[in-house]
Formats: sequence, structure tokens, C-alpha cells
Amino acid sequence: MNRESSPLVQIKDLNKSYRRGSQIIPVLENIVLDINEGDFLALMGPSGSGKSTLLNLIAGLDQVDGGTIKIGGVEITSLSESELAEWRAGNVGFIFQFYNLIPVLTALENVELPLLLTGLTRKERQEHAALALELVSLHDRMDHYPRQLSGGQQQRVAIARAVVTDPTILVADEPTGDLDRTSAEEVLQLMDRLSGDLGKTIIMVTHDPRAAQKARTMRYLDKGVLADAPEISFTERF
Amino acid sequence: MELLLFYSFRNLLTRRLTTFLTASGMALVVFVFASIVMLAEGLQETLVETGSRSNVVVLRRSAGSEMQSGIEREQAAIVATQPEVALGQDGRRLVAKELVVLINLRKRNSGSPTNVVIRGISQTSLKLRPQLKIAVGRFPRPGSYEIMVGESVAQRFENVGLGKVLSFATRNWTVVGIFDAGNTGFSSEIWGDVDQLMQAFGRNVYSSVIFRLRNPLEFQEAKERIESDPRLTLEAKRETTYYKDQSKALAKFLRILGLSLTCIFSVGAVIGAMITMYAAVANRTGEIATLRALGFRRATILVAFLVESLFLGLMGGIAGLFFASFLQLFTVSTTNFQTFSELAFGFSLSFDIVYKALSFSLIMGFAGGILPAFRASKLNIVESLRQA
Repeated sequence: MNRESSPLVQIKDLNKSYRRGSQIIPVLENIVLDINEGDFLALMGPSGSGKSTLLNLIAGLDQVDGGTIKIGGVEITSLSESELAEWRAGNVGFIFQFYNLIPVLTALENVELPLLLTGLTRKERQEHAALALELVSLHDRMDHYPRQLSGGQQQRVAIARAVVTDPTILVADEPTGDLDRTSAEEVLQLMDRLSGDLGKTIIMVTHDPRAAQKARTMRYLDKGVLADAPEISFTERF
Repeated sequence: MELLLFYSFRNLLTRRLTTFLTASGMALVVFVFASIVMLAEGLQETLVETGSRSNVVVLRRSAGSEMQSGIEREQAAIVATQPEVALGQDGRRLVAKELVVLINLRKRNSGSPTNVVIRGISQTSLKLRPQLKIAVGRFPRPGSYEIMVGESVAQRFENVGLGKVLSFATRNWTVVGIFDAGNTGFSSEIWGDVDQLMQAFGRNVYSSVIFRLRNPLEFQEAKERIESDPRLTLEAKRETTYYKDQSKALAKFLRILGLSLTCIFSVGAVIGAMITMYAAVANRTGEIATLRALGFRRATILVAFLVESLFLGLMGGIAGLFFASFLQLFTVSTTNFQTFSELAFGFSLSFDIVYKALSFSLIMGFAGGILPAFRASKLNIVESLRQA
């Protein structure tokens, strides 16, 4: 894909609102945003500004009220719910704040989960999952259940799960929000490697200025409107 | 998709106590269902095994059982001369003219009086029932006031042991033998000489004529000849059919009782399963949303939760059947509606019962799981992720 002529993610005139009783609450207004392939974008803003909503829309988890989102040439806003599910399986890797690992499955099985939706054999799936765990340096913990891992390790398993299908984009919602400083730093370094060395396109919502510092691009959302981040110190601003 | 099956199964193992309690409820229902159906099966098996396919029972037309039947001596003689009757090794026709009457005996445990069948037999009767063997003592001598009792009778009734004297029909009868007739209805009978019993009971007609077919395939010819003979007002049945008919009413009653009880109990078990599965969905909204976010479709989530509920039902079914299988060690007795006499029989577990009980447990699992599974599949991904 030509990065200069055609951004990987193209968002045009995006609007989203929520209904509370008879009241309609606008969350995102006329969002226009392009994200290039291989970019590491941090979305920042105060609570309730619409960051997570925008991330969910880009990830195909929610429906827009107006506007379009085109990712890798596919206009996901026109896809049906089942088409969206299929698209997510092949194109989106998720990293959640609370890891969202399945507690009854081992690390290897958690990473193997998204591969169930591919045509791979069981052996191939397990090989891919083991490789992904090796990438996050948890190859020796593949038989451990989430409860047997620290928060940082769980998040690394979640990252392995996110990248195992080699998705078009990685979306991360507060990936360091539940971690101590050391674990958060490890996770951020890993994401930096995914972006820098492997060329992954990452869209991250965060309140953490240290996390945002790792990103190559940063956008700021305030009351549903997108803006460039103000030129202030990360450590002082949030 | 075995990983998703593991996911469902492991979730049940994770919630061990809830799973145990819910599966126990289902196990109880399956136990009740299986035990009553096993009882009906045992009854039918006992009565069907009583008969032989090569033997024909001749009764008065429209008589439901030997108890209601009466065959004149002349008619019995005509039946005995039918060409389809087999000959024994001694060249004699294998025909037995028998009398069936009821007497009242007291049960060993409760002391309550119960009807017991007395069968008047001839020498040929024993040849027609080769499964019958003397366990203790000897066979009664022809023309004497000697009797032998089935093992079930000896075990369940007072004063019918070897050497005991029973008083009925104004005579004293000495027990000279206890016979083992296996798992058949004969075990619940007392046998004595037919002529002595007819005299004692003041009967001048037989209850039935039993004969062995020289060729089991000739039954139809024998039946047609006997039933169309204007001198006879009799009907002929294969012995197996006759005894199967004897078990129909009681077996049907037991099956209806079993099904009714099971249906009532199963409502509780299904509600229990439903509560468990709704709780599972409520506790795992985050997991469901994660799976959906990863690209799993609603249908997959529905199947995963339904499979979990089916596992729950299956566990209950297997446990219920496991405990019900021990009932085969017990023998029960009850009054057969058809003959108004005591009949002892065991619980019998057949493949058909296993199949039905497991199917029933899976149906309970399905009924308990379908609504929660629908709820799980309908969860909104974004809202569920937020709640997680």
C-alpha cells in the first residue's frame, strides 16, 4: 500500500451520539482522521471526551451515526454485523486495559483463540501461538493460566493474542492503565518494538503521558472534537 | 473447535460447587426416570423370559389370562392331538394341561396377605419349561399332596420353606422342593399335581393347555386350526406373546408414573440449570464481549453456552444413571394387575434406557441453557466491555 497517497485508516465526517432516554448525547462530531500504515498513534483527552468510542468505531465494535471509516480499502461502516465480526477476526488485534484473557484457558490457548477463526490446523495454530508468546518473551509460561501470571505478564499474553493473526491494525485501550510502572514500561517497550521493528499500525487510547511519549503521532480529543495535542509537557499535562 | 468445547467444559469445572449442585438436581431427575423405567423393563423382561417362543398357550377365547380361562377336558384332548404338537424323546406329545388358581399367603416382612399363583402341573409341564431347576429338595410326586415353591415365594412368604405344610383348599400340602426358574414369573408361583389340585379346588376344567410346537414356524397353522375348530371356543398365543401381554398394563402404568414424576421434577431441574447458566452469563459478560471482539459470531457464543449447559445435563445424566445402575442389585415384588397375583422382578438397565435417560438429560440441559445462551449471544460488545 502506498503510504503517501492512501492512508491505512481514513475517517471522514464521523458522528456518533448516545441516547439516554429521550435525550441524545453527542459523543463524536465531524471527526476527520487519517492514519498511515505503520503509524503509532496515541489518542488522548479527558474522560468522556470520546476516545474509547472512536477506538471502538475504528475497531468495528460499534456502529457510526454518520460518516465513513475506511481501513485498508474496506469501508467498515457499510459492513453488516456478521461481516464486521469476520473483518475484525482478520484485521484487528485488541489490547485491553484489564487484559481480558479467558481465565479458564492457558496462555497458549488464549493466544490460540483468534486463530480458531482461521483455516489453520491445530498444530499450525499452536505453532503460531507459541511463536507469538516467544515474541513477548513468555514462551516458558505458555501452560500457565492467567491467574498464575502477573499483570504485566498477562498484558504481554494479551499482546501476543493481538498480534498472532498478523492484523492490519492494533487497537489498545489504556494498555498500561492497570499496571505498575515497571510492567507498564515493559509493555510500552513491546508496543514500541511492534511498531518500530515489525511495522505494526497501532492506535492507542491512553491517559498516561509516558505511554503517549512512545507514540509517533498524538491526537487530542475534547468534547468529541479532534485536535492536535497542545505543545505542553506530557508529565505536567495529565 | 475443540478449544471452544474445552472452554465450555473448563468453565463448569471452575465453578465446581454450582456445577455439582445443578448437576445433582438433574441427576436426581434422571435417577427417578431411569429407576422407574428400569422397573417397567424388569417387569417385562421377567414376564417375557417366562415364555418360550416354541410353546403355545391355549386359553378360552377372550380370557385375558389363565386365571380367567377354562378349558373342558374334551377340548383339552382335542388340542393335544393337533399335528403341530412336538413329540418328546419318549414319543409322548409335549402337551401340559394346567390349572392356575390363587391362594392367600402372608408376606414374611409385613405379614400382609397377598395372592400367590398355584399352578397345577403334569409331568410334561417340566419338559416345557427346561429353565426350571430344583434348587433345594425334589420335584413333587405325581398324584400326591406335595408341592414345590419358586425361590421368590420361598424368600418372601412365611412358612413356605422346605418341609413346611401349607393348608389350603381343605387339604394339607407339603413343600418338598424349592425351584429356581431364573428371572421368570414362575419364580413367584407354587407348583403341584394338577389332578390333586383340581380335586381340592373343586374344578373340573383346566385353565390352559400348553404345548411345544414341532416347528416354531408352524404357529400360524396351529393357531388357525384351533381357533377355527367349531368344537373349540379357544384361542392360541405364543407363550412369549401371552406373558408379554400379561406385563402390558403394569409396565404401562409404571412408565406413565415414571414419565409424570420425571416431568414434574425436571421443571425444577431445568429452572436450576437456567439460574446457573444465567449466573454464568452475568459473570462472564467481559469474556463474551472479548470473544465477540476477537471476531467470534453471535452463533458461536450461543453454541458455546449451549454446549456448557448440555455438558451440565450430561454430567447429571451420567451421575443419575450411575446410581440407578446399582438398583439392578435389588428385587421388588408387586401385584400384577393382569393376574392379581404377586410377581417378583428386578430392575433392568438396557441400552435403550441409557439412551433415553441421556437424551432426557441433554433435553433438560438444552431447555435450561437455551435462554441464557441467547442472552449471551445478544450482549452488546461495547457495553459489556465497559462493565467487565
